[in-house]
Amino acid sequence: MTVRLGQYAKYAILLLFAFLALYPIFLMIVSSFKSNMEILTSPLGLPHSLSLENYTEVWGRVNFGTYVWNSMYVSGLSVFFILFISSLAAFYLSRYSFRWNPYVLFFFMLGLMLPMKLAILPLYMIMLQLHLLDTLTSLVILYVAGGIPFGVFVFYGFFKTLPTELDQSARLDGCNGFQVYYKIILPLMKPALATVGIVHLIGVWNDFFYPLIFLKSEELSTIPLGVLALFGEYDTEWNLLFASLTISSLPMIIAFLFASKQFIEGLTSGAIK
Amino acid sequence: MSMPVTDKTAAAKKESAKVRRGNWKKHLVHLFLLPALLFYIWFQIYPIFSAFLNSFFAWDGLKRGAFIGLENFVRLFTESPFQETFFRGLAHNVIFFIGIVLTKLVVAFVLALFINSKIRGKEFFKMVIFMPKLLSVIVVGFLFSLILNPTYGALNTFLKFIGLEELARPWLGSPDTALYTIILVNSWYGLGFAVLIFLAGLQAIPSEIYDAAKIDGASGLTMLWRMTVPLAMPSIMVMTILSFIGAFETFELIFAMQGSQAGPYYSTDVLATYFYRLAFGSVAGGESIGLGSALAVVLFLMISSATAILLFFFRRKEYEQ
Repeated sequence: MTVRLGQYAKYAILLLFAFLALYPIFLMIVSSFKSNMEILTSPLGLPHSLSLENYTEVWGRVNFGTYVWNSMYVSGLSVFFILFISSLAAFYLSRYSFRWNPYVLFFFMLGLMLPMKLAILPLYMIMLQLHLLDTLTSLVILYVAGGIPFGVFVFYGFFKTLPTELDQSARLDGCNGFQVYYKIILPLMKPALATVGIVHLIGVWNDFFYPLIFLKSEELSTIPLGVLALFGEYDTEWNLLFASLTISSLPMIIAFLFASKQFIEGLTSGAIK
Repeated sequence: MSMPVTDKTAAAKKESAKVRRGNWKKHLVHLFLLPALLFYIWFQIYPIFSAFLNSFFAWDGLKRGAFIGLENFVRLFTESPFQETFFRGLAHNVIFFIGIVLTKLVVAFVLALFINSKIRGKEFFKMVIFMPKLLSVIVVGFLFSLILNPTYGALNTFLKFIGLEELARPWLGSPDTALYTIILVNSWYGLGFAVLIFLAGLQAIPSEIYDAAKIDGASGLTMLWRMTVPLAMPSIMVMTILSFIGAFETFELIFAMQGSQAGPYYSTDVLATYFYRLAFGSVAGGESIGLGSALAVVLFLMISSATAILLFFFRRKEYEQ
């Protein structure tokens, strides 16, 4: 009997926390379909009709389409270069045996712990000297640099599990180093690519700090910065605010529903070793 | 001056050219490493190093002046208003860390224990509780500033609806509750991640040892305290360290909910918001870079030494078991 009760209590508590986690997100999405009047008079109620008016308004009037495009551009480029550059480096570190390789690997691993927010002033001065302030390129460069340690860490671990016989036989067939990487290793490393890609996609898509520091022009804003501008300008039009928050969050939520395994694996793999 | 070219020297030349070309090709392999190393050193290592260096100089705007040793640090710790702001921020960071341990780590550990026990819907609970982590911190901050709005917000409306009107309050508008409210929002955001880390730790514990303990007549609570907690210690260590770093770096949530002034009346001001004002605001006048870098260095040293101490503490704990 007490075991039963304990079991019920477990379910009750877990359900309560599941509800607490989900309800604010649910409220955000539902409110994005309501009119401003509805939100203010009955914040907890369901919308009377499913109208997309808030979205068209946010998209057109407040330039949100541009912000979404900027975010896609920055995330796409950053993730691509992180995957490419750090997998090449991990290939070098795991498949060649230069005497400095262990030290280089350790040097990269230091980067997993660096609190880069604290180096924001030197980064600002570097971008100033490179004439890259207020460009999306500056963001891509910083995300790629920041993503390399984790990328090298995951790819190195992955390459170590791949047997070397494959690339040796490819070399005997006359492949050079890059061909081995491109033709043999790359097709085999899809799971590791997914892990690293997802982690950085979330990180870059959601990042607010770098855009806040490095972007000035409104038309270059990424979504999080656009949300900030919106909250300053339209702070009484909650329907638009909720719509902007939903636009920012929905892509990642939908991707998560399709690939939750990879998401969870990726985001926890940095912490557990 | 022309030299007669014999067949022999021509052949040798050709050969050495081949070797040289071979050498040159051999070095091409370093191109695999070069881009990563370049980006990493230029935009990660050098800036950190540079922040240390900059803190020892006098600055006028972007112009570096004389070497002044530790003067920036001395001013930061002794001069008004830098001194008060620093210690107020530090105190809030400490409260933030303790708050996260109590409302995120402890709760997450209990939830992980539940999910790890004989229960249905493990995957569902894992997924749902994790979901907030998918949002941008800035979105979380703004979303909750709407939910917690004193007049129109969902929370106070709900409290009125169930007849607990006296509990409704301006959660973010009052210095008494603002910091704690933000800590709770932070825990809402990160709870699922902590649950996953603890679950990974718990799943690594072999179930046979519990069977053996049961035969020996150990009670559930004894097993939890004497076996589960010590064996899950690596994951507890990881989460404690990550929470400490998170607490001392926390910026976006406070910026979104309270602005860079960390209101009301600086009641939510932490070292990172102070750093932001120092570096990019007008608090430090033309000396932003010197004083800002000094604060960055202090924060950096606090985070890294605390990480080292925690690592040492937990490692010793592990050996004691």
